[in-house]
Amino acid sequence: MSARTTAARAGAWLSSSLAAAALCLAAQPRVEFSRDVQPIFQKHCLACHGAQQQMSGLRLDRGENALRGGYSGPVIRPGDSAGSRLIRLVSGQEKGLVMPPAGARLTASETGALRAWIDQGATWPAPAPEGTTQAIRKPASSHWAFQPLRRSPPPAVRGRAWVRNAVDAFVLARLEAEGLEPSPEADKNTLIRRLSLDLTGLPPTPRQVADFLADNRPNAYEHVVDALLASPHYGEKWARHWLDLAQYADSDGYEKDRERPHAWRFRHWAIEALNRDLPFDQFTIEQLAGDLLPNAAVEQKVATGFLRNTLTNREAGVDRAEARFEQVVSRANTVGTVWLGLTVGCAQCHDHKYDPISQRDYYQLFAFFDNTEEADLDAPLPGELGPYWQARPEYYNKRNALLQQYRVPEVQAEWEKGILEAADQPGKRLEWDFAWTSMRAMFDGAEKLLRLDPGRRAQRQKDRLADYFVGAYGSVVNAAQIKELKFRELRDKLAELEAGFPAVSQAPAVEEQTGPSKTHLRLRGDYREKGVEVQPATPAVLPALSASPRPSRLDLARWLVTEAAPLTARVTVNRLWQDYFGRGLVRTSEDFGAQGERPSHPELLDWLAGALIDHGWSWKQAHRLIVASAAYRQSSAARPDLRGRDPDNVFLARQSRLRLPAELIRDSALASSGLLHPAIGGRSVKPPQPAGVSELSYSNSVRWKPTPGMERYRRGLYVHYQRTSPYPQMSNFDAPEANVACSRRRRSNTPLQALNLLNDPVFFEAAQGLAARVLREAPAGFAHRLDYAYQLCLGRPAGAEEKQRLARFLEEQIEILRKEPESAEALFPNRLEGIEPLEAAAWTALGRVLLNLDEFITRQ
Amino acid sequence: MTLDEFARIQTRRSFFRECAGGLGTVALGHLLAADGHLNPLTPKPPHFPAKAKNVIFLFMEGGPSQIDLFDPKPELEKWHGKPLPESMTKQLRLAFIKPSASVLASPRKFQRHGQCGTEFSDWLPHTASCADDICMVRSMYTEAFNHHPGQLLLFTGSTQFGRPTLGAWVTYGLGSESQNLPGFVTLTSGVGTSGGATNFSSGFLPSTHQGTLFRGAGDPILYLSSPPGVKPQTQRLALDALRDLNQQSYLKSEDMEIASRIASYELAFRMQAAGPELLDFSKEPASVLEMYGVNQEPTRPFAVNCLLARRLVERGVRFVLLMHASWDDHTELNKKLVKNCQITDQPAAALLKDLKQHGLLDSTLVVWGGEFGRTPMVEIRRPDQADNAGRDHHPIAFSMWLAGGGIRGGQVVGKTDGLGFGIVEDKVHVHDLQATILHCLGFDHTRLTYRHMGRDFRLTDVAGTVVKKMLA
Repeated sequence: MSARTTAARAGAWLSSSLAAAALCLAAQPRVEFSRDVQPIFQKHCLACHGAQQQMSGLRLDRGENALRGGYSGPVIRPGDSAGSRLIRLVSGQEKGLVMPPAGARLTASETGALRAWIDQGATWPAPAPEGTTQAIRKPASSHWAFQPLRRSPPPAVRGRAWVRNAVDAFVLARLEAEGLEPSPEADKNTLIRRLSLDLTGLPPTPRQVADFLADNRPNAYEHVVDALLASPHYGEKWARHWLDLAQYADSDGYEKDRERPHAWRFRHWAIEALNRDLPFDQFTIEQLAGDLLPNAAVEQKVATGFLRNTLTNREAGVDRAEARFEQVVSRANTVGTVWLGLTVGCAQCHDHKYDPISQRDYYQLFAFFDNTEEADLDAPLPGELGPYWQARPEYYNKRNALLQQYRVPEVQAEWEKGILEAADQPGKRLEWDFAWTSMRAMFDGAEKLLRLDPGRRAQRQKDRLADYFVGAYGSVVNAAQIKELKFRELRDKLAELEAGFPAVSQAPAVEEQTGPSKTHLRLRGDYREKGVEVQPATPAVLPALSASPRPSRLDLARWLVTEAAPLTARVTVNRLWQDYFGRGLVRTSEDFGAQGERPSHPELLDWLAGALIDHGWSWKQAHRLIVASAAYRQSSAARPDLRGRDPDNVFLARQSRLRLPAELIRDSALASSGLLHPAIGGRSVKPPQPAGVSELSYSNSVRWKPTPGMERYRRGLYVHYQRTSPYPQMSNFDAPEANVACSRRRRSNTPLQALNLLNDPVFFEAAQGLAARVLREAPAGFAHRLDYAYQLCLGRPAGAEEKQRLARFLEEQIEILRKEPESAEALFPNRLEGIEPLEAAAWTALGRVLLNLDEFITRQ
Repeated sequence: MTLDEFARIQTRRSFFRECAGGLGTVALGHLLAADGHLNPLTPKPPHFPAKAKNVIFLFMEGGPSQIDLFDPKPELEKWHGKPLPESMTKQLRLAFIKPSASVLASPRKFQRHGQCGTEFSDWLPHTASCADDICMVRSMYTEAFNHHPGQLLLFTGSTQFGRPTLGAWVTYGLGSESQNLPGFVTLTSGVGTSGGATNFSSGFLPSTHQGTLFRGAGDPILYLSSPPGVKPQTQRLALDALRDLNQQSYLKSEDMEIASRIASYELAFRMQAAGPELLDFSKEPASVLEMYGVNQEPTRPFAVNCLLARRLVERGVRFVLLMHASWDDHTELNKKLVKNCQITDQPAAALLKDLKQHGLLDSTLVVWGGEFGRTPMVEIRRPDQADNAGRDHHPIAFSMWLAGGGIRGGQVVGKTDGLGFGIVEDKVHVHDLQATILHCLGFDHTRLTYRHMGRDFRLTDVAGTVVKKMLA
């Protein structure tokens, strides 16, 4: 039949259906799918909804898929063309959307044919035999990252003498193929500083250096490695890398950016877990689902604080459902980046453009976290419980007496009634409406708690609510009433009482809601636009998750380290490699997908991943393996023959010089100068910072009260991270903003960094500390002193040229300072026994130079 | 880096090595700093020739009330105290108030100004006097109806975190003309903003493109002053020693990062001198200080920033973001709005006039506006208090104005309905504004991209159309 007759037929149907809506359908000419309908799909639809591509999850070249519909649900309702979205879309009846979105629209007769076909029951003839076998085909992918591990044995190489372990065989094989020689081993001073910075994040002490230099045993290097891995500073160094991925911060983010007083518990957990070498599989499971483990220990629940590092928007006007949706999105995306090395977040709004991750896959992953609620946990620290139980009765006696005295119970009951009324019937009393919206934003779980019978509220809940009430009551009554109630006075008294009470620490954690919630795909990623319902499931391109009908978060966590282990292990060892060589074997450590870079040494990557799994996912074993290699021990000096060949050091014919991360720059300055407060773990600290930094925050609401005492000299990873106004030295040296998971930091080189190191008071104090230390501890004489200073800062003695240059500098300084006693006094106001003040001032100036050296902030 | 680029650097590098004895080390730092491969802020040409070279963005945080400032709606009088028709407010999402809230007419008097006759509220007499330079856009809209998401969308084109901001994109595209100041400077007055540092973040662009916050108190740039006892001469001597030692390690390791670090320290030293010079207003004529209101309250803080903005642009700084917070007048609108107008009106107008007098307005694009506007409906949080009325967030229709480089002044673009609720002509999404700003600077917004996470990102995400009507 010609196209013209098809159109004519369709036209006839159209006019007939327009003429009489109640027309008996059977009277219409029978539509034949393959003749009348399929060509229309072919012509207008299949480019986007066919075998190659299924936009919005819709596929119109297979009956089963077409009748099931797309992400927004069915588009064809057999027998009901008027109720079929397909018809509304092609005929322009859907607001803001018409199909096809570009190119020729369907003609009236074509639309008519579709209508008639649907009204007649939308029969889709059985497909041709070759198409019948796979109704929903699993998207097979030949992409390298989705393949099982190829466990190739270490390749044979010519230069066997260089090879220290299997890693080297892979590296050398590549070098030999490229016709390149590896670099010689770095000298021992460089090696121990490199190891110490890489494994513990601190420079080696002069003693450690001297011991290593004097140790002539063949395994002296391994001894150093073992000692450093056993150091509790190891956990601090590697926790910091993990905190980047966890997007850890000490505040909520967004405009209110409220402090998170318990956030540190997660950091503490991570340090401790790394120090006891909690295997990576268990490390994974506890963080993603520790709360769901049978008989979960408190610390395993504390591990789920990982999931609590998402931002919280407490703008009172925020749509709560939307804010929660975004938190779940953040959790799903983080799992994608951290464990799978995939930019799954792209599929929040549409099927991934480059990787085989559909929007359905995305919301199936999302569904694992959709039933998870935030919960602050009582998580007592060692030694807290005894004093708590002892003090508790008296504390509550006094507290309850105070509350009674100020009539809190009766007034609060009235207030609760008013708040609930506003929640149930908004618009009646405006000040109560606002009180409710504010409370909802600031008080997690407000509604649930208000509706809970007061007799059934836990003590902690009662306390929170009463405290909130006393602070917030003023927004619904006038000032005179508040004055009469003397709530301000009460607040001070309560605070005073609480300050003396040895409370039990809390920790941010998560818990699963009882009864599964329904998760829907969200069209265009808009949380208001619900599409089809989805069940928790792992991305179809990856090995399936075999679990009960509805797999849980715990099943997902286990799957990541079992079925998905090849990808997880690759992504994990690649990040370790990146931290040791400045560049991952896959350079795009956050993206192992099609748009990411391919591995430079695929066999090595797979071998390392296999080794990680084989060694029971031990972090420390993986570290040991890499740092033991000859590849790692190479000198980082540039080589003329590599200049044109391998400027980015892809082939690994040398080590790389790496500027230290922000925190380690601080740590090094504090350690070299002897100021470092070496306590492990614990709360965040606020070192002094210039006025005006925190004031950047919303309504200047963040108060930066410096931590008193020596704690101000704690390591960089303990510095309180306020998301909207971070500690400046961290931002200046590329610490991540903690708004998304960060798998790879930048290393910028800016004048603001120079100003920071030159002039920030903490680095100036370090220069003074360094001067004092050198003058006190080193034998007298410039050369001895300078050598000691170099040992402290760079782990090596000063070279002849350096001595010459700095001797000149010191003379210049002394000459100037002799003429400017007030400058000398300002540079070094303290007195050192047996040291001339002028000398101390000049050495402070020299200390500044050392702490600003490129070498000082670089791991060579 | 391509092989050719690399070869060029290599040539220069051998040159340094060979001349290490003879060539002055200052020359090393200078040459390196001037090199585009090492200094990402080296000036670069845009996609096509354009008028605007610099941008001053006067960000009025919180959402100024367009109905009381720029978009007169006499019809509101008739609706005052009554709710809007339900057809209008169906499916409306508001931050605080209910769609049924009643209408609040503006008590402001509007008058036509300049030859163009654009209307301005009686609270903006100074801005009104620049009417013929101003392109008033009354048809702005956005999707976000909370502050931080709104600010992210305005500055990064997305409500997601981690993307570069407008100022970062501009310095990424154009570099900076300044040899001793950062290319992107942020100034603040009033209270802090919801977005904080995310409003001038470099996101996934190199952090060199991050806005440098100039501070109102203490050092204008953090850590600009040397520590106690370190005078400029001693600082110079320290830097000389540092440079010589760094150069020694450079000759050993040949790591270009060291060369780059030497250049950074030299720029830092120049900034230490340039900072105080920038802040020294003593050479500004008294008439200029007076025009801005530098020496009087309540204009002083904002006036200082506006004058600084001109001085920064004059010194080659590419992008100045001036944040003033907050216009978030949910309550006591009349009282709070007049205060903000008294603070900002005179200095903002002075900035336009001063730029013009210095011949800088043609090459400087000035933008004034917030992340959204405010509702025609009233918000009352404390009915028991007099004059408590305010307005809620309104992303559906709001006003902004632009002037200077590439913009046709003396006109109004876009139109809202009689109640100022929705847009009836020439809708301008914030993505369209971004596309237009980039266009004024010579960029096709679809081609100013940066590859990240496997994708080419751009400021306007996947949207944005240049608003031709706004252009000169």
